[in-house]
Amino acid sequence: MTKKIATRDAYGQELVRLGADNKDVVVLDADLSKSTKTHDFMKNYPDRFFNMGIAESNMMATAAGLAAVGKIPFASTFAVFATGRAFEQIRNSICYPRLNVKIAATHAGVTVGEDGGSHQSVEDIAIMRALPGMTVFVPADAVETAAAIRAAAEIKGPVYIRLGRSGVPVLHGEDFKFIPGEAVTLREGTDVALIATGIMVAVALEAAETLAAEGISALVLDVHTIKPLDIFAVVEAARKCGAVVTAEEHSIIGGLGSAVAETLSEHHPVPMQRIGVRDTFGESGKPEELLQHFGLTATHIAEAARKVIAKKK
Amino acid sequence: MDQKIAFLQERARAIRRHIITMLGEAGSGHPGGSLSAADIVSVLFFDTMKLDPENPHWPGRDRFVLSKGHAAPVLYAALAEKGYFPQEELLTLRKLGSRLQGHPDMKKLPGVEMSTGSLGQGLSAALGMALGLRLDGGEGAQRVYALLGDGEVQEGQIWEAAMAAGHFKVDNLTAILDYNNLQIDGPVDVVMNVAPLADKWRAFNWHVIEIDGHDIGQILKAIEEAQATKGKPTIIIARTIKGKGVSFMENQVGWHGNAPKPEQVEQALKELA
Repeated sequence: MTKKIATRDAYGQELVRLGADNKDVVVLDADLSKSTKTHDFMKNYPDRFFNMGIAESNMMATAAGLAAVGKIPFASTFAVFATGRAFEQIRNSICYPRLNVKIAATHAGVTVGEDGGSHQSVEDIAIMRALPGMTVFVPADAVETAAAIRAAAEIKGPVYIRLGRSGVPVLHGEDFKFIPGEAVTLREGTDVALIATGIMVAVALEAAETLAAEGISALVLDVHTIKPLDIFAVVEAARKCGAVVTAEEHSIIGGLGSAVAETLSEHHPVPMQRIGVRDTFGESGKPEELLQHFGLTATHIAEAARKVIAKKK
Repeated sequence: MDQKIAFLQERARAIRRHIITMLGEAGSGHPGGSLSAADIVSVLFFDTMKLDPENPHWPGRDRFVLSKGHAAPVLYAALAEKGYFPQEELLTLRKLGSRLQGHPDMKKLPGVEMSTGSLGQGLSAALGMALGLRLDGGEGAQRVYALLGDGEVQEGQIWEAAMAAGHFKVDNLTAILDYNNLQIDGPVDVVMNVAPLADKWRAFNWHVIEIDGHDIGQILKAIEEAQATKGKPTIIIARTIKGKGVSFMENQVGWHGNAPKPEQVEQALKELA
């Protein structure tokens, strides 16, 4: 059994290490520090932690002000509230002036589970991706998360980091090199390219195993940076395999699937299917049940792969 | 003191002349709320704030956030008067390629500390600046001044920021509320009454000072009191007249967002001579 760690836990731990190395790092939260895991930073560096209360709009614009005087603020809350409630603050006070704010949003996607649809963000990638100058990271595991947090602190400008609530398998070793904007080929293949992000990367690897047993060779591309998208890697994968399936724990509208479709339709159109939440809101249930309910399993990816392969000329 | 007041009155008059000239040239923009804030801005830029126009990013400087970003002309006029950029550049306001955007853009124009224009967000940014500066500077930290509109405080985020600033006891933050009682759709107390303002801010743990926002002596004294106030942020509620200084614009809601025509520019400049 592979070790499972939630990306929010990896975030909280890396934030403490980052805080030790860089005194300019400050953290803001909106009364969810125990859930977003910023409370470890608070315990270690209380002077540099600001609990803004349940007031996300003010939190984002306050983070902008902190960045304007040279701090590197990480602002955390659930993805629904970060990108929904505080959208216009992110747009006008953070992205428009290209301020150095990092938005680390947890509880993204349906694996929030029992709290239900009001708390399950399935549109945050779409919203954040539309903002000029915003970098969007969706780490697949704990190792990628830690690296993404480090990279975010190095980048001069706004960064959105999408994190999850539930444990996910650790895919990468200690030697993993995270390069922002560079997708990682986790498995070579020739018949179909499975292009995945976040928690769906592990699921795509599982699907590739299933397909291999049927004699289908699936390439698996881990897109940890949705923006800027690694256009070269996406087009290369499509060229090599001639068919593509995207997989994300997000709406099929505006997320990874859209980004890949936009890229391929301009550069190298191939048969394609998008695995994701199909234009609906989430609901209560256990994370595993919800992944099944919304069609976000290895079985669904493998089925989509067979379909796109059949469409190849 | 009288000399200082006369100097600041003259700077305010120069700022008002710039406002009229640049808006006339631009053909659009917001004269009313720019003119109402001219005396406050004159005091801040020519007396209160530690600034270095030669070195606009000097870390030791005080910060000014124009939360009511549509009053950009009053800020641009003060920056030009202060020497941040040539006064001729004021005539590029709102034109393609200009550093003087319709609402202030910190990435384009040195001296602009925060990009504003979407109401209700500037006070939060000023709070963030004050918190950040206090982390580094402690007791002697640089000060942050935020200019708010009265209609602007209808935004809920203002009260989120007010609550947080009181909570964190951010005493290097001073807000100044330009209380001209007019917004686009009419008098503020008709559109959405914001009174009683002093009680509201006091309830959010702010030190409150009420003044006539066109009396330079009162503005100077209020700022001094704000600087001396420890353990809480200060708000100066400044009663003002929208369009102040130009007879036909004063207290006229129609001059919130309309630029003067050439003959009106001429008349206004005559009054401000």
